[in-house]
Amino acid sequence: MTVGFIMMCHTAFDRAAQVARYWGAHGAPVVIHVDARVSRHDYMALGRQLADLDNVSFSKRFKCEWGTWSLVAAAQAGAEQMLRQHPDVNHVFLASGSCLPLRPVAELNDYLAAHPQTDFIESVTTAEVGWTVGGIDMERFTLRFPFSWKKRRRLFDKYVALQRRLGVKRRIPGGIVPHLGSQWWCLSRATLSAILQDPDRATYDRYFSRVWIPDESYFQSLARLHSTQIESRSLTLSKFDYQGKPHIFYDDHLQLLRRSDCFVARKIWPKADKLYTNFLAERPAESVAEPNPSKIDRLFSKAVERRTKGRPGLYMQSRFPRQDHENGKTSAHYSIFQGFSDLFENFEGWLAKYVGARVHGHLFGPARAEFAGGAAMFNGCMSDSATLRDYNPRGFLTNLIWNGRGERQCFMFSPRDTQDINWFTATDPNAQISVISGAWAVPLFHSNRDFADIRREAARLQQIEIDHLNILRSMYVKARVRIWNMADFIENPMEPLQTIIDEISPRATRRLTEAPQMVDLTGFGQFLQNLRNQGMQPRLMGDFPVHGDLLTQPPRRGRPYLVK
Amino acid sequence: MARLAQLWQAYRWRIRRRYLLARAIRRRHRLTAVANRTGGIARNDILLFATIRNEATRLEHFLAHYRALGVNRFLIVDNDSTDGSRDLLADQPDVSLWRTDSSYRLHRFGLDWVTWLMIRYAHNHWCVTVDADELLIYPHHDTRPLPALTDWLDRQGQRVYPAMMLELYPKGPVQAQHYTPGDDPTALLRWFDAGNYSLIRQEKTRALWIQGGPRARMFFADRPRHAPTLTKIPLVRWNRRWVYLNSTHSILPRYLNECYDQTGAEAPSGLLLHTKFLPQVVDKAAEEKRRREHFGTPELFDSYYDSLIGSPDFWTPYSQELTGWRRLESLGLMSRGGWL
Repeated sequence: MTVGFIMMCHTAFDRAAQVARYWGAHGAPVVIHVDARVSRHDYMALGRQLADLDNVSFSKRFKCEWGTWSLVAAAQAGAEQMLRQHPDVNHVFLASGSCLPLRPVAELNDYLAAHPQTDFIESVTTAEVGWTVGGIDMERFTLRFPFSWKKRRRLFDKYVALQRRLGVKRRIPGGIVPHLGSQWWCLSRATLSAILQDPDRATYDRYFSRVWIPDESYFQSLARLHSTQIESRSLTLSKFDYQGKPHIFYDDHLQLLRRSDCFVARKIWPKADKLYTNFLAERPAESVAEPNPSKIDRLFSKAVERRTKGRPGLYMQSRFPRQDHENGKTSAHYSIFQGFSDLFENFEGWLAKYVGARVHGHLFGPARAEFAGGAAMFNGCMSDSATLRDYNPRGFLTNLIWNGRGERQCFMFSPRDTQDINWFTATDPNAQISVISGAWAVPLFHSNRDFADIRREAARLQQIEIDHLNILRSMYVKARVRIWNMADFIENPMEPLQTIIDEISPRATRRLTEAPQMVDLTGFGQFLQNLRNQGMQPRLMGDFPVHGDLLTQPPRRGRPYLVK
Repeated sequence: MARLAQLWQAYRWRIRRRYLLARAIRRRHRLTAVANRTGGIARNDILLFATIRNEATRLEHFLAHYRALGVNRFLIVDNDSTDGSRDLLADQPDVSLWRTDSSYRLHRFGLDWVTWLMIRYAHNHWCVTVDADELLIYPHHDTRPLPALTDWLDRQGQRVYPAMMLELYPKGPVQAQHYTPGDDPTALLRWFDAGNYSLIRQEKTRALWIQGGPRARMFFADRPRHAPTLTKIPLVRWNRRWVYLNSTHSILPRYLNECYDQTGAEAPSGLLLHTKFLPQVVDKAAEEKRRREHFGTPELFDSYYDSLIGSPDFWTPYSQELTGWRRLESLGLMSRGGWL
């Protein structure tokens, strides 16, 4: 008793010959189907190469086109020939010319001898397959597909749409429940001959010859009629990429393929010399391991995910998402503090003490990008030059977050800084934006400039902050935004600070013990009044009494104003 | 109306493409064959096109690198070399060599010459178009030859493969290093900038405009617009009706430039290791400044050449060391794009 192989070949004949020779020489009969479109010259050459093996034969040739009945017809012809010519064959294994045996024939024979009546064929009802590409699953069996999907895609799609509209449906022959699965199967002689000698075969063949991709459904559905024991999995390791095309294996997959313990793998790159020499070398049959492709599944699903989803927040030469298709505008959470550094002395130092994060100064400051610790450069060789930064502010921000991944980035912001990133950050779910509105006035209050200058500057900064706040209050905001006016904030600074810090490092249960040192605000109320007297209306600071100190009033519980 | 404007734009680009093709054909006689071995080009050969001038020190490693990757044929234009480059190349069995003494600048920085050779020989071949100081790498390049990549791209239905320039530099002043001609330049130039690149989509050509890297931060911090363009599309399954628009930064027709994914997914890409900053770059900068053959307005680049002549040190504590493609991929500089 042995296994017999049907090989479907259309290219890379040297490799196919090598594999057929390996199987044939180890006592497993091989029936080779060569696509009828292959030139006579290549066909004859393949025949000559294998002429010395009497258990290798060639079956009737069909013109094979992807997704058509011809592939099933070829497999049927090959199977009939196999069953007729080799009575000692107990299981028939359908393989392709780019398959490679990963384990010795004897190990496969032992395995099949232990499961003499089992049919290894992936066979799943249409409702349960998740892998159909193109969205056509049950309709494969109920519509007609006279046009080639590969060559006449538009006609194909149009005709499918038309049939859907007209509601036409083909009748499925009695007794058949459509099943789908990998076209690479291994069936027992009993089941295969029952399928091929079924009295209704002509009916089934006529029906399936008009089904779309029948090579994934003909044997898979009919095996359900005749088999006594179906093991719904393929013995062939075959992985698919995001387009539904099979992954190709190269030399560097050697260990991976070994680890899978599968009997056969496809597709192998024809020039993967190392794989062919290694797996076709003489080896003793010693392993009785169960094939276990799931060991390497994760790797493949990760590759597909990388291709289809990419790395969030990465902008690079082959990933440059359109706006709103970013799938992650930035790569990690980050925090923006507006007004805090104006109101508190050395707020950066204080914050760095309480959160495990990289706390930068005004990254978008007018003179330079103030990286943490006053450094002139940041990870990834980002320069602190304001010109370079302002050349592409959004790129600067996404680069910073990407380069600093693994560590939360925090930075100060103010109306004095480059404002070009405001819409971007407001619509980024990774951003945490905390604003003390009006705090930009404090440095003006402390400055010694001419009051006319101060008034002009105050008007400018106020307008900038109003524009920013309008963005932060728009309906498009995705960031976590908190806004206080200055008066409310200084009445009770600890609670909002605690909220922000808890959000940055949720696991740190430490209560804030020490508030950051607030700058001296004595006379600030009078300063605001002076601005008013000069005709400028400060609107963002909240209520400051003209005389007296705000902090001496009894504290009121301020509630943070939380947008989303 | 917008649709009309689009059509008009498309038509203008079409005219432009045909003009560039015609111009290359008209100027084909400026090339004189030194060693034409194109007769033996087979159907699946990968071709490499380059224009060189006085690159004798690099050529040996350049050829070795691309031969190891699996490039079968080199088609090279020698622009008036005086350092023995021509003899070195003419003796190579897989190199076809043409020479010209015309102006590099007046022939679209050599593109007119290369365009003609590509019309003549490149049709439907996978082609690498690079300079002598650019070494192509891609994910798995250490275990899989270039035909593995091109076969896979064929199966994916992708004809264009981007590989932006990654500028390499030594640790210490450029001129203080020692380089023996023929050595692997990446053994000396081991460092690069990992994450300071600016990307913009150019609506006109649909190409990405990538700038940044060591030269941008050292020499162009005050005028970033003039910093060198790092976008490159060096690997293409060519069609004789296509044309490189400026250097290999972009191609016509324009749709070919959209080889980056715009839906959040990750398309495949490689890198061109730029090995310009070998010690001799300092002397070369002096010569280039004199020749005034730089792209765009040469006067704008005087200060850049002056900085190079001053033997700068690009290295910073934040520089990354070149260790292998896996590191480059995890830094996000290139991507396997599902090629497992």
